[in-house]
Formats: sequence, structure tokens, C-alpha cells
Amino acid sequence: MLKMEGVWKTFNAGTVNEKTALSGLSLELKEGDFVTVIGGNGAGKSTMLNAVAGVWPVDEGKIFIDNVDVTKLPEHKRAKYLGRVFQDPMTGTASGMQIEENLALAARRGDFRFLKKGITHKEREYYRERLAKLGLGLEDRMTTKVRLLSGGQRQALTLLMATLKKPSILLLDEHTAALDPKTAAKVLEATDRVVEENHLTTLMITHNMKDAIVHGNRLIMMYDGHIIYDVAGEEKKRLKVADLLEKFEQASGGEFANDRMMLA
Amino acid sequence: MKFINALPGPVAQGLIWGIMAIGVYITYKVLDLADLTVDGTMATGGAVCIMMMQSGHSVGVSLFVAFLAGMAAGLVTGLFHTAMGIPAILAGILTQLGLYSVNLRIMDQKANVALAFGKYNQIVSLRWVRDVPFYQNTIFVSAIFVLVLIAVLYWFFGTDLGCAIRATGNNENMSRAQGINTNTTKLVGLMLSNGIVALSSALYAQYQGFADVNAGRGAIVIGLAAVIIGNVIFGKISRNFAFKLASVVLGAIIYWVVYQVVITAGLNANDMKLISALVVAVFLAVPYLKRKYFSKPVKRGGASNA
Repeated sequence: MLKMEGVWKTFNAGTVNEKTALSGLSLELKEGDFVTVIGGNGAGKSTMLNAVAGVWPVDEGKIFIDNVDVTKLPEHKRAKYLGRVFQDPMTGTASGMQIEENLALAARRGDFRFLKKGITHKEREYYRERLAKLGLGLEDRMTTKVRLLSGGQRQALTLLMATLKKPSILLLDEHTAALDPKTAAKVLEATDRVVEENHLTTLMITHNMKDAIVHGNRLIMMYDGHIIYDVAGEEKKRLKVADLLEKFEQASGGEFANDRMMLA
Repeated sequence: MKFINALPGPVAQGLIWGIMAIGVYITYKVLDLADLTVDGTMATGGAVCIMMMQSGHSVGVSLFVAFLAGMAAGLVTGLFHTAMGIPAILAGILTQLGLYSVNLRIMDQKANVALAFGKYNQIVSLRWVRDVPFYQNTIFVSAIFVLVLIAVLYWFFGTDLGCAIRATGNNENMSRAQGINTNTTKLVGLMLSNGIVALSSALYAQYQGFADVNAGRGAIVIGLAAVIIGNVIFGKISRNFAFKLASVVLGAIIYWVVYQVVITAGLNANDMKLISALVVAVFLAVPYLKRKYFSKPVKRGGASNA
């Protein structure tokens, strides 16, 4: 469960590049919510996810995960609550390390790391099973360095890493945006499966409005650092891309007519 | 013939410097940091070891304390870098500079302290590279040190903590997302590296028969040269971590053998640092130049079929 209360974040305060990325953002996720997030460039979608992940401290407001106040916790200490997949396939994995080593690192998320074995024989068997389920043939390449994998393979692996140890919240930051449409569809399919199987509370940013409608049980639209539209359940299922476009128009006064999300 | 006769010396020297090069490998290759502290620690270890042996401590204790002194130096650089946000290179330079004064203090403000040969229970010496029983031979003793060190490091970098250090060198963002405190892993890596360098320094001071405040000048370049030579010559053979460490030591041996050749050929020993610097510069430039002038155009859409 996630709760954000009146979160503010301004970058480069006091300079010409000053940018208020989050302006009083409040959001509450119920256990098992799968929320898709849409919004134009600079609406604060990624900033919201980074605020949850603790990449930097927020200026104001509170963030709770599982009813624990994590507002002051550094990134590595919040990691035990969070599974994360990033937009850039390079970001989520250690490219110079083997597939199984990456999984072992992820399996220890939030644990104290000292002189125990970095990967055990029993683990390997388990990873092999989990990799086989991805259906990409990675189970036969467990000692391959991740740098040799394609973008789609990496994202699928990162998704597995993020959920290997059940996270309280799964954060997906446009994790299919850098992939070709066919691969993106596959990774999204895998995402749906893993969220469903593990009953994960999920925040998924996407630039594709169709995806935002089809996936998840709730949709939020962001503009100017806060949420301007929040829809769930049956109402969300009935949404059409045209409805979302209209909402955008209203919110932005037509300013986003050329935004790239219109093309999606 | 003169050269062959002179060979055991550089081999022993290469083995001892190989330990130092392994320390450099940990920061430069595993942690992806350029740590210049080692120019200081390469004198500190010897200073600590020689002074302790002279005041009656056993060689084992002296080596161990030298190792700890190196770790302390690494800790200082690590804190400069992580807690105070100073770029790693600059943090290393600061520690290195400070260590010069510290090293002089350790050596009672003398620039050079000799260890009288035969008076102390030293374990390596340049007089013991031939015509002694094999177990006393410095090449044998240093090789044991190298093998034990490689074995310990092979084990260590397979542990949770070791893997976390490797992950930090690979991808800091990913490491933090997996709950790794990257400041801690950097500190541990820098301490381990400098401890190993100080151990090498302690052995080298015994080998030469003196500790010298300038013993570390340019050490980082020799260490990098060893890492690069080892990687270029043996890098394609195996990806095994222990083998990579071994190839770094072989790189150090090759460095000192070549050094010997150059000296025997009549070149001025003082020019060797210039030659080392140029060799390292060329090898560091090769990957960049290759990319820039010899890279094949990337095919579009080639790598996206997952």
C-alpha cells in the first residue's frame, strides 16, 4: 500500500531552470491496485515514481509504504518495499554480471549483505524455473553476461528481478517505451501475468493511452505535478482514447495538441 | 646471458608488484573508480612494516599492521568521496598528498629507513632470488602470497558483499534499487584495495631492504600498466575471475621483465617512468580510437527481437 500526502518537489530552485515537478501531489493506492499513469512530458510522472523510490528527498509532504513513513529513508533502504523497472533497459541490470548473479542480487533486496554465498545451488534451480516461465530461453544462458541480451530480454529479466522477492509496490517507469512494438506487447503481457499471479500493487507509467486503458484497474492522469483525473473500475473499462484526449484538452487548454502521447 | 641471469630478480619484483596491481584492479576494474591513493599507500605499507620490524615485532604482525594502515588510508579516501562528495580522483590525490607527511612521521622524519640484512626475520629479499633453498626463495614466497590472495579474493567476490561491490561498479542506480548502500560498498572496496597495496608495499620494502618515502611515486601507473598488459595478453583466454587476477600478476611480471630488458639495453632507469606513462596512455587510448575510427555501422533493428 502506498500513500502520498501533499508532496512537493522543485528542481534547480532559485535558478533560471527552476522547475516545480510535483505540486502538492496526493495519491493513495489500495492493496492490489494496478494503476496506470498517463500525462504529457513534464507532467511529473517519473518524478512521482522517483519520489516514491527515494532517489532524492522531497521538499514537502509525506510518503507512506505499508503504513511506514519512508519520507526520510534513503533510496537503498526503501528498496526492500519496492520492485522497479526503468525506461532504459540498461538501468535495471548490472550489465557486466551474469544473468543468475543479477537475479541473486535481486533476491537479496533489502537483506543485510555480508559474507554468505552470493548464490547457492538451490537458488540456481529456482531461477532456472522462473526464467523458463518467461519463455525467452534465458534459462539455458544463466551464466551469460547481461550486456549480451537484447533490450526486451533485459526488461523481462528486470521485471523478474523486481518481483523475485514480492515487493509492496511495483514501480514501472515506461518500461516498454524503449522497445519495438512487438517486444513491448510481450513485456506488457508478462507484466500483466506477474502482477496478477502475485497480486501486486502496481504503478505503471505509460505513454500509450490504449495500454493505459486496457491494463490495470485504475487510471490516473497527471498534469503540472499533480493528479487531474482519477478513474477506476467499470468507469475506467468504458473509457475511450477520445475521452482521455478530451480530458487533456480541458486540463491543458489545448497546449498538448502536439504532444507525442497524442500519437499513441 | 647477462639478461637471463638477471631474470629471477624482475620475476620476484613482478610477483610483489602483482599484489599491488591486484589492489589497483579492485578499484579500477571492479569498482570502476580511479583511486590515486595508492601512490601514498605504496610507501605507507613499507614504512609501517620496516619500522615495526626494527622495533622487534614479528614479520607477520608487521605485515598485518601494514595491511590495516593501508585500509585506513582507503577509508579516508572513501569518506572524502562518499561522505563529503569529493570526486574519487581528487579524493585519492588529497589522501596521497596527506600520506606523504604521515609516512615521514611513521619513519621518524627520515626519507629512507634501511632494514639491516640478516638482523631481522624478513621473508623476502632481493638476495634470495637464487642459490637458496626453494622454500626460502623470494619467488616462491611471493607466489604463495599471490595464490593465497587470489583464492581469498575469489571467495570474497562471490559472497553477498563481494557481489554487491561488483554490482556497484557495474551500475550504481541498479544497485541502490536492489537495496545496496553504494557508499558502503565503495568504502569497503577502497579499503580492501589499499590494504592489499600496503601489503605489497610492506613486502617490497623487505625485498629492497629499505622503506622509502618516495616508494609509491607513479605506483598507480605501474599498477595500471600491469592490469592493462595482463588484460591485453591474457584477457581473451578466460573470463574466470581468479584467472583475471592471475593475469594481472603476470602483467606485473612482464612489466618488470621488460623494465630489466630496457635497463640492460642501456637505457637510463630514470626514463622508465616516462616510458610507462606513454605505454599506459597508448593502451588506454586504444579502445576509444578503435570505436572512433574502426567501428562498424550499427544495423537498425538488429538487436530488438526478444
